Amino acid sequence: MLRRTSTRAARKTDMAPLSRRRTGYLLILPTAVWLGLFFIIPFYSLLASSLFDPTGSVLTGYQMTWHFKNYVDVLVAYWPIMLKSLGYAGLATLFCLVLGYVLAYAIAFKAGRWKNVMLVLVIAPFFTSFLLRTLSWKLILADHGWVVNAMKHVWLLPPDGKILFTPISVIAGLTYNFLPFMILPLYASLEKIDTRLHEASSDLYANSFKTFFKVTWPLSLPGVVAGTLLTFIPASGDYINAQLLGSTNEHMIGNVIQDLFTTTGDYAHAAALSVILMAIIITMVLFYIRRAGTEELL
Amino acid sequence: MSSMASEASRDLQLTALHKEYPNGFVAVKSLDLVIPAGSFFALLGPSGCGKTTTLRMVAGLEEPTAGTIMIGKQDITHDKPYRRPVNTVFQNYALFPHLSISENVAFGLKRRGQKETSQQVKEMLELTELSEQAQKRPAQLSGGQQQRVALARALINRPEVLLLDEPLGALDLKLRRAMQIELKQIQNEVGITFVHVTHDQEEAMTMADTVAVMNQGRIEQMGAPADLYENPATTFVANFLGQSNLIRGTIVGKEGDVVKVNMQGTVVSIPAGRSHATSGDGWVGIRPEKVLIAPHGEPIDAPGNHMSGVVIDSSFMGVSTQYLIKMSWGQEMMCHEQNTGRRGVIPPGTAVDVSWRPEFAFLLDAAQDVDAGREED
Repeated sequence: MLRRTSTRAARKTDMAPLSRRRTGYLLILPTAVWLGLFFIIPFYSLLASSLFDPTGSVLTGYQMTWHFKNYVDVLVAYWPIMLKSLGYAGLATLFCLVLGYVLAYAIAFKAGRWKNVMLVLVIAPFFTSFLLRTLSWKLILADHGWVVNAMKHVWLLPPDGKILFTPISVIAGLTYNFLPFMILPLYASLEKIDTRLHEASSDLYANSFKTFFKVTWPLSLPGVVAGTLLTFIPASGDYINAQLLGSTNEHMIGNVIQDLFTTTGDYAHAAALSVILMAIIITMVLFYIRRAGTEELL
Repeated sequence: MSSMASEASRDLQLTALHKEYPNGFVAVKSLDLVIPAGSFFALLGPSGCGKTTTLRMVAGLEEPTAGTIMIGKQDITHDKPYRRPVNTVFQNYALFPHLSISENVAFGLKRRGQKETSQQVKEMLELTELSEQAQKRPAQLSGGQQQRVALARALINRPEVLLLDEPLGALDLKLRRAMQIELKQIQNEVGITFVHVTHDQEEAMTMADTVAVMNQGRIEQMGAPADLYENPATTFVANFLGQSNLIRGTIVGKEGDVVKVNMQGTVVSIPAGRSHATSGDGWVGIRPEKVLIAPHGEPIDAPGNHMSGVVIDSSFMGVSTQYLIKMSWGQEMMCHEQNTGRRGVIPPGTAVDVSWRPEFAFLLDAAQDVDAGREED
């Protein structure tokens, strides 16, 4: 009896790795196919397009001439816009972090039984369209809207001041639209913090201020990193906010790429600009993750 | 405890300490307690008895509804936790997962503005045998090691009172026994007042100089472990601290320094100092290891009355044998017989005589619940 069970157990352990490995591959397969079809192939095509002869057009067709000068052209022409985009995205990310951290902290530690209601409210904006919400900001921030009037009234704005079609409205729009992407990862990592650690810290002579900087903040870093990445990356490539809430002066790199692709039909330069944007973001992200010391995220 | 003595020393004094939660639950009922400086004090009781709430009020993590907490002449009742000369070893330790072991241990000193901590940390890690683990993170340590980190992290601050909230609860039995001895040694070495909260009676008795048994927000009885065990004053203490046979009887009266009780037809004598009832009915209590047993007709090595019964269960446990005996009046009595090798295990079904030395029995008030403090199955 004993022997029979032990041989069965032995056979089972022999079999396990093989079947488990096969299951693993099967589970990866759908995603791998999806990524292959809709990421690897398009990315390859984007890379190829960025080296096409720029004198071609959609009508006449493009020729592969390994035209590396496309990259130099777009860098020379668009570096100020590129910097501005990263600046806008960076500021929006910072505002999201400050606003989002306060809210996520409140939901995680102070909300009590209102926790779930508040989380639903954070996600609620997603129930209406991104475009519609951004267009509403146009009404809210309009030159004679109540927000501008109220701010003029309390001298936060000069009498001829405006918000719409300025960098403020674009950054405000970006902050608004990406805030939930900051709040959710922040909440997830704050919520995991054992409140007994706060008690232990206060028992060990730390007031609430020191407890925050020595315990809460370091333990929430994975959420901070995830949230800032989820905000900064899409914000730096965004063009809707700049288009709807900004003038041509506030155009971001996303607007330029969109123009080049759809209006000008200059695929080669549009592709080169896209690749550069991607490279810059990847470099910044890698550097950032190194600095933040949260390699386990990768 | 005279007020002179407590003024001179730094005793921890709880006066009329009361805690009622907003939902109306009274966790601690007007508790008065003096814990002498330098002692190892255990608050023992089942879960929900108020022992942890008491501890948390001393730590400042819970606000008392009424009453005061003093250390010597210093009133700390409403001080913030970080302003009290008190540190806590938390249940499940609450170590900072993002800090190394030495950083965890240095945390308190650093927060009090001490720049150079390495020498003290080194000494504390040596005391708790953690020197090898200094650079590791808490998650890389075993349960016993984590427990010692929690202790080191609190002790390094040289608090006047160290609070231990079920510190050994998460350890397995063997490690727990080892840590009990270690904790006791460390307390001897550092001389700090230890207030230890536990539901494990053996742990409380092994380690503490004084044990206070708590039940439903009150202290049932307080004293040295041996006094509590040998002379419990309530059925709760008799059952919670070890096991007891409680047999109903009628008090006949006091004769000299003994109280006579008619117990199921047999009159037994109980020393007056161990009698906690004076008239009417009472529970005669006797610890199972004080009960002597022999097959019917064989002599028993004890003066006093013999009572007869039938063994219904015998469990051999190595050191001793545990018998369950059905007495003539229908009650089941428990008896532990030391395995001296004098006799084999008496099989179930055997008619036996039982007896005990009268000076080991105690008498409790029959108004008390006979099952109070018994572990629920």
